Amino acid sequence: MTAAHDVSVEARDLARKFGDFTAVDSVSFAVRPGEIFGFLGPNGAGKTTTLRMLTSLLPPTSGGATVAGHDVATQGQQVRRSIGYMSQLFSLYLDLRVIENLELFAGLYDLPPERVGERIGWALETAGLEDRREALTGTLPLGLKQRLALGCAVLDEPPVLFLDEPTSGVDPAARRRFWDLIDRLAEDGTTVLVSTHYMEEAEYCHRLALMNRGRLIALDRPAALREEFPGTILDVRLDGDPARAVAALEDVEAASDIGMYGRALHVRVDDPDVGRRAVVDRLTREGLGVRSAEAVPPSLEDVFVARVGQEGGALGG
Amino acid sequence: MTGRTLAIARKELIQLRRDPRSLILAFLLPPALILFFGYAIRFDIDDIRLVVWDGDRTQTTDRLVDAFVRSGKFTVVGRLTDYGDAGDWLVRGDALAVLAIPPGFTADLAAGRPAPLQLLLDGSDANTATIALDYAHGVARAFSVRATLEGRAIAPPVRTASRVWYNESLESRNMVVPGLIAVIGSIIAALLTALTIAREWERGTMEQLVSTPVREIEIVAGKLLPYLAIGLVDVALTVLLGTLLFQVPFRGSVLLLFLLTVPFLVASLTFGMFISAAVRSQVLATQFAMIATYLPALLLSGFIFAIANMPAILRALTYLFPARFYVDVTKAVFLKGVGLEVLWEEALALVLFAVAGLALTMRVLKKEVA
Repeated sequence: MTAAHDVSVEARDLARKFGDFTAVDSVSFAVRPGEIFGFLGPNGAGKTTTLRMLTSLLPPTSGGATVAGHDVATQGQQVRRSIGYMSQLFSLYLDLRVIENLELFAGLYDLPPERVGERIGWALETAGLEDRREALTGTLPLGLKQRLALGCAVLDEPPVLFLDEPTSGVDPAARRRFWDLIDRLAEDGTTVLVSTHYMEEAEYCHRLALMNRGRLIALDRPAALREEFPGTILDVRLDGDPARAVAALEDVEAASDIGMYGRALHVRVDDPDVGRRAVVDRLTREGLGVRSAEAVPPSLEDVFVARVGQEGGALGG
Repeated sequence: MTGRTLAIARKELIQLRRDPRSLILAFLLPPALILFFGYAIRFDIDDIRLVVWDGDRTQTTDRLVDAFVRSGKFTVVGRLTDYGDAGDWLVRGDALAVLAIPPGFTADLAAGRPAPLQLLLDGSDANTATIALDYAHGVARAFSVRATLEGRAIAPPVRTASRVWYNESLESRNMVVPGLIAVIGSIIAALLTALTIAREWERGTMEQLVSTPVREIEIVAGKLLPYLAIGLVDVALTVLLGTLLFQVPFRGSVLLLFLLTVPFLVASLTFGMFISAAVRSQVLATQFAMIATYLPALLLSGFIFAIANMPAILRALTYLFPARFYVDVTKAVFLKGVGLEVLWEEALALVLFAVAGLALTMRVLKKEVA
């Protein structure tokens, strides 16, 4: 183990093509031990492909990466000994009991027999499944399944943990509990790389890599990303139809990156006063009934949209 | 290596135990097949409906017809006055066979000249027709011998003009049980093993599995072992039922049979897994595996259709399937009681198939994961 190093996971110009399609385009970053490192982006941005290369499941087309000091292209076996992985789909055996899934993974990770009992006990306790150990996994609610999957992935205490959209489909409370577990693991020194398209989840990460169309378009702490935000966000509330408002603002020069944000409208402006006047004038003239237009701190979604715009690219995969 | 392999094998067994469909396929289908094939071939042939056209009408020809009836295999359902009606009986299905005794039969017999008989058979049920033909030969031969003993020779006694094409292979139902073992091995491969890897892909568990330190060979071995064990149990069951229920002779070495069953099962199972890993869909994998293992075992192994009677192309095709070699082995061990000194070529072929199956499965698994 190379725990003494201050880099746990490193990617250098990591790239993957599928035929003519470039899924991941020359991505570079370094992750410190104990860091929670997030990949944020829409579907098709290259998050899953990046994670699959880092877990050695998919060979890179060019560039390279090391995980816990092992090269992902040439030392797959050592890489897999150093990691835990939760893939996108819930992927434990539903027809096995909770305890049987844990025993299976204890076997797959070559856990020494004297540690099996202790680690399985730890996983059951951590996932809050002590009284469900004999339950068929398929009968558990999704939130519990995901905590069990996490328990299986970290059964042999790997230094690096990869989570591919780990909480999709669960309610916010269950998501919060899941992230409490991840925080605890990181505090104990586990490096966590997690992909998500939930902005709320992205906020929990120590650092965020924003990805769009295979490219890394920004990399920083969530707070820093917001501080560096170019301009101001106006949160506009309307009586009229927000979709019509988006169209109405399209040719207003002072307004950019217009997007619907629930029932409200988010508009980026360079100068809050000039921008507000231009936006309110236009919407009022279109008869859309502006109720309020307040400057608000940018959300990560606003940051994302602005960064994509700066890159001159379109959003999407 | 062994720890991870055993972890997977254990998981497979637990999954199998919780899946009633797989349990039925594994443990009820094989005995059902033995009973089905064993009895299907045993019945239908005790009561062959025979129509007689006697163009000679003597005491001798009466004795001949009587010999057919007394064999217990034939029932005379009609007598023709006009030979030309014979076709109608066969076409309507009212009779399976027509025995035609030509005028002058008794005179030829008395003079020691060849005394031909004609047997017309409905060949649309080839199995039964062939067996009827064999019985008729038997009856005529016995009659011929008796005639010879009484100082009158008939040679050849019966000439047949049947519409049966092939199918000498079912002269004895002793062939069925040995051949069936190959079929059962392939059913396990096609219906159980083929599902296992495709199911992991469909449910996303394969991705999870390969992210652990487990190696391809350990996945293959872990999935192979439980089904190999089930296959061996099924073969034992078939041997037991075959010898106890159908009195099929078992003249060779039980040890040798099981020794050669292992490479056959490994070849069939890995082939099922190869297909499963390649197509990644349970439905497709089952269908392909049926075509690639079960059908050849049924049709191209010499189990039902004798390989020697096949067209050259089909005969060449049989060499592509382990079932052909394995049926040679089971028949030889059951009926001839021979050992490796005779069967070494088949043994070698089976081992090669097993190695090829393993290599192929590992290769496609390695490629598919990436």
